[in-house]
Amino acid sequence: MSEITSLTLYELIKNIKEKKISSNEAAKSFVDRAEKSKKINAYVTENFENCLKLSKEFDDKPNFHLKLPGIPIAVKDLFCTNEVRTTAGSNILNNFVPTYESTVTQNIWNEGGILLGKLNCDEFAMGSSNETSFFGNVQNPIAEDLVPGGSSGGSSAALAANLTPVTIGTDTGGSIRQPASFTGTVGLKPTYGSCSRYGIVAFASSLDQAGPMSKDVKDSSILLEVISSFDKKDSTSIDFKRNNYSSELTRNIKGLKIGIPKEYRVDGMPDEIEKLWKKGIEYAKDCGAEIIDISLPHTSYALPTYYIVAPAEASSNLARYDGVKYGLRSSGKNLIDMYEKTRSEGFGEEVKRRIMIGTYVLSSGYYDAYYLKAQKVRQLIKQDFDQAYNKVDAILTPSTPSSAFKIGEKSNDPVSMYLNDIFTVPVNLAGLPGISIPAGVDKNNYPLGLQIIGKPFDEQTVLNIAYSMEEKINYKNNITDWWMK
Amino acid sequence: MTIDLKTVKHISKLARISLDEKKAEKLATDMNSIFEFIEKLNELNTDNVEPLTSIAETTLRFRDDKIASENIREKILKNSPEKNDDFFVVPKVVE
Repeated sequence: MSEITSLTLYELIKNIKEKKISSNEAAKSFVDRAEKSKKINAYVTENFENCLKLSKEFDDKPNFHLKLPGIPIAVKDLFCTNEVRTTAGSNILNNFVPTYESTVTQNIWNEGGILLGKLNCDEFAMGSSNETSFFGNVQNPIAEDLVPGGSSGGSSAALAANLTPVTIGTDTGGSIRQPASFTGTVGLKPTYGSCSRYGIVAFASSLDQAGPMSKDVKDSSILLEVISSFDKKDSTSIDFKRNNYSSELTRNIKGLKIGIPKEYRVDGMPDEIEKLWKKGIEYAKDCGAEIIDISLPHTSYALPTYYIVAPAEASSNLARYDGVKYGLRSSGKNLIDMYEKTRSEGFGEEVKRRIMIGTYVLSSGYYDAYYLKAQKVRQLIKQDFDQAYNKVDAILTPSTPSSAFKIGEKSNDPVSMYLNDIFTVPVNLAGLPGISIPAGVDKNNYPLGLQIIGKPFDEQTVLNIAYSMEEKINYKNNITDWWMK
Repeated sequence: MTIDLKTVKHISKLARISLDEKKAEKLATDMNSIFEFIEKLNELNTDNVEPLTSIAETTLRFRDDKIASENIREKILKNSPEKNDDFFVVPKVVE
C-alpha cells in the first residue's frame, strides 16, 4: 500500500472503515510529514496535539457511518474555529481566538473530521499568490520559490505536499480555483448561497463562497456533500435540495452541451494555454459532450467591475477592526488616533489599498459613477451567462492565463497581479459554480488547469464533467519532496 | 481622472487609516493605475440596466424576535484588547 499521506480522501476513508488504518495512524502520518515540511510554511497555527488526542478518542469509540470517519483535515485560516486561533493571515487578528465555530467547519467535525491546523492565506483573502499574508510566503510544492496561488495558497500547498487529505478554501474572485490550478490539484467554488458564510472572516459578502479543494474530483464531491448546507445563521444561505454529490457522481456525460466562450481568448494569452484549452475541448468531445461556440460579450468588463464591488464591500466589512472588540490595538492619544494607528499597523499594504479603493468608490459624489455603475455591469455579466445557459449545460475555459509565477515577480504591480483572476472573477460576479481541474503542464513542467462553469445549483453536472474529463486527462503531479532535502 | 495626494489623505481619514507622506504618495500612484483600469466600464452605456445588488434572488428572511443565546458576555469580551468586568474599555472620549 502507498503511504497514508498520499492516499486520496476516498481511499483513506475506505482504509479506515476496513480498519486497515486507524484514525490515529493517519493523524500521526500527517503530523510527521508536516514536521518535515516547515519550509512550505503552510501552517499558521498547528493543532497537532489535539488532533492526535481526538483521533485516539475516535479509534476508542469509532463511528464508521460518518462521512469523514476520524479523518484529519487542515483548513484555511479564514474559518473561525472555536478555541483555535484564527488570523485570516493578518496582524490585526494575530491574537484572535474565536469563541464560536463556522458552520462549514462544524459540518466537517459533525461528520467525523478532526482539525489538523489552520492554513496560511493572503491577508483577508486579498491576493493571488499568498504573498500578502502577515505570516509569510508559502512555497509551491511543485518547485522552489514558486507561488502556490492565492488566496487559498496554504491550502493548495498543503494539499499538493500531502500534508492534508483534503482541505477547504474560500473563493471571492478565484481564490480556490487559481491556487488549485497552480498546484495541480482540484478546487471547486460552489454556487453562491450553497455553503454557509457564517463564521468565515468576511471579505466581499456578495462574492465570498467556501468550497472543497482535493487531489481528485471524487474527493471534492465527498467534501462538498459535507459542507454544503442551508444555514439560518447566514442571511444569504439558500434552501435548495442538495444532491448526494458523491453517490450521484457519474462519468456518463454523453449528449451534454458544453459552451466555449470566444471572449476568453484574451490578448497576450500564452500559446500553451490556448493549446491546453483545445486539448480540453477534444477530451470533452471524447467523453461524449457536444461542443458549442458561445459568446459572453461582457467578459472583459468583469475584472474592472470586481475591483469596484469587492473593495467596496471589503471597506465596509473591515470597518469592524477598530481595536476595541477584538484583535490588535495600538495606543493613540485619543479614540480616533487609536483607531487610525491600530488600522495602520494592523493591516498590510494590499488590504489598505483595497480599503482605500472601496472607501473612495463609496464616498460622497462617487457612488453613482463607480459602485452603482459596477452593479449595473455586474447585471450585464450575469445576463451573458443566463443567455448562454439557454444553449448549453456548462462552459469550459482555462482556469488562469498563466502557470504559477516566481515569488516576488508580480508583487509590486497590483494590476498585473489582478489579471490572474481574469477567467475566474466572472463566475463569482454571476454567483455560479466552477471547478478547476489539472489538465497539463507548461514548458517548465508547472501545472495548468481547466475550468468548468455550471448553471446555478448544478454542482452535480460540473462535477460529472470534471470527473469524466479527469479520467481522460490522467494528470499526475510529479512532486519530489525537494523541501525536505 | 487622477487621484491627487489631497484626495488620498481625505480618503485615509474616512477609512481611519493613518498614512505618512511616503505611503500616501505610493497609494496615490497605485490607486491611479487601478482606476485607469477601472475606467474601462465607461465604455458601456448602462442607462437602462437594473443594478445587481444580490446574486441570491431571495428576500431577506425574518426571524422571530427572540434571544437565541444568553449569558455570552464573557465570550463577547474575551478577545477585547482592554476590558473591565462588564465593558469594553476605550480611550477617554468625554472630558
